[in-house]
Amino acid sequence: MSLLPFLDRSHTIAKPGFSRWMVPPAALCIHLCIGQAYALSVFNLPMTKLLGITQSTPADWRLTDLGWIFSIAMFFLGTSAAVFGRWVEEGGPRRAMFTAGCCWALGFIVSALGVYAHNLWIVYLGYGFFGGLGLGIGYISPVSTLIKWFPDRPGMATGMAIMGFGGGAFIASPLSVWLMAKFSTPTHVGVAEAFIVMGCIYFCFMMVGAAIVRIPAPGWKPEGYTPPVVAQKLITKNDVYVYDALKTPQFWLIWWVLCLNVTAGIGVLGQASAMSQEMFPGHVTPVAAAGFVGLLSLFNMMGRFFWASTSDYIGRKNTYFCFFVIGFVLYCTVPHAGSIGSVALFVLCFLVIISMYGGGFATVPAYLRDMFGTRYVGAIHGWLITAWSAAGIFGPVLVNYIRQYQIDNGVPKAQAYNTTMYIMAGLLVIGFICNFLIKAVHHRFHMKPDHEAELAQAQVAAAGEPAGA
Amino acid sequence: MAANTQQDSSMTLKLVLAWGFVGIPLAWGVIQTLINAMKLFQ
Repeated sequence: MSLLPFLDRSHTIAKPGFSRWMVPPAALCIHLCIGQAYALSVFNLPMTKLLGITQSTPADWRLTDLGWIFSIAMFFLGTSAAVFGRWVEEGGPRRAMFTAGCCWALGFIVSALGVYAHNLWIVYLGYGFFGGLGLGIGYISPVSTLIKWFPDRPGMATGMAIMGFGGGAFIASPLSVWLMAKFSTPTHVGVAEAFIVMGCIYFCFMMVGAAIVRIPAPGWKPEGYTPPVVAQKLITKNDVYVYDALKTPQFWLIWWVLCLNVTAGIGVLGQASAMSQEMFPGHVTPVAAAGFVGLLSLFNMMGRFFWASTSDYIGRKNTYFCFFVIGFVLYCTVPHAGSIGSVALFVLCFLVIISMYGGGFATVPAYLRDMFGTRYVGAIHGWLITAWSAAGIFGPVLVNYIRQYQIDNGVPKAQAYNTTMYIMAGLLVIGFICNFLIKAVHHRFHMKPDHEAELAQAQVAAAGEPAGA
Repeated sequence: MAANTQQDSSMTLKLVLAWGFVGIPLAWGVIQTLINAMKLFQ
């Protein structure tokens, strides 16, 4: 018997008359909150002036030390998504969303204590560890539920949720600035108070998501939907157990596909402001560069929905082929845009590139569902998130170090990014090859009927109901 | 029949509330971002 029975999977089964369109808002409640992670940098500068208030003192935190908060959170995002993936899948979406909400809010409250006590280790523990757990569990919590509700449009459904993660920063960024301004005084920077308020708001928001989420009743299918009779080569009707999926070459090929697509995008996203100003000195001002970053975030969010929805029509493999081919052409075009001084071409190239970066995230759950079935897709997706963590290290390192190497060797700043662009294009070629090599999963990995029955019985027993009820 | 109609309108109301709950903050954030992004073209 569970301590909080209303969180059990059995209590979240939808009653007749429930609309499946209630599930995307539930997922968005989670993703819009955890998407705040993209806007964490808003707090960086104020946190370097907690003691000095108007300017940093030697006792204040350094920007480099604050950068670790995000890195730790990203590390625990990947780790928790992988470790808790199976627990999320078997425990149901409500329990996972509730846990994610608690961890995420706790992260903010503990971080506020760390800011108040001026102890950075407490902030690492708060936002980095607890927040990272909330990020990982929250990110994967609605994925398989949405796929089950939308078997006819799985890409669109997961794209909608993952779009929320991209959109979370839009809300968090102005909200954070407004809250800090509200709580700051001539002798105090309002970071701790802003953290507390945001923790409370996010907790309430995520609890609403946990309350309204439902899973479909066994055997449910959308009205008028008939599963395709003719078997499609790359869409399985069988399920693969999470740990068996990790033994397949397909999982690791998709891992590299995601990692390379994200590496190419994430490095640019982090350096977009500096890159635009250095490639077009005198043409792009810091204010305009900030506008460019905002536009990139918008296309990152819209790309998630657009490309994931498109994948329902053209197939996942073809969608990734689009990312790699179009991405290759655009990365090769960027140095040309710099050499002819065309800001418009430069902006256009990166807007499309970043839309495909977001699209890569949003299309991958449906790709996994096609390859490994719906049963453990959330857990398998959890393991795949480690590709994001790895790309989070590769991408910025590649862009920063190559740029520095070029400048140290006398290359003008305006041309220092050219080699990086060609390297990114090269990474996309490798991604194309990995995607090309993806074939249907061998039937020896498919779950056997007796194994499925055994698992179902275990789940029923865990829910405290008699088997066959 | 009447019970079904009542159930339908109740679900429609829930849908409007749920989508409004997530859509309004998101739209506000997007508008704020667009206002900032316009500086790129000024």
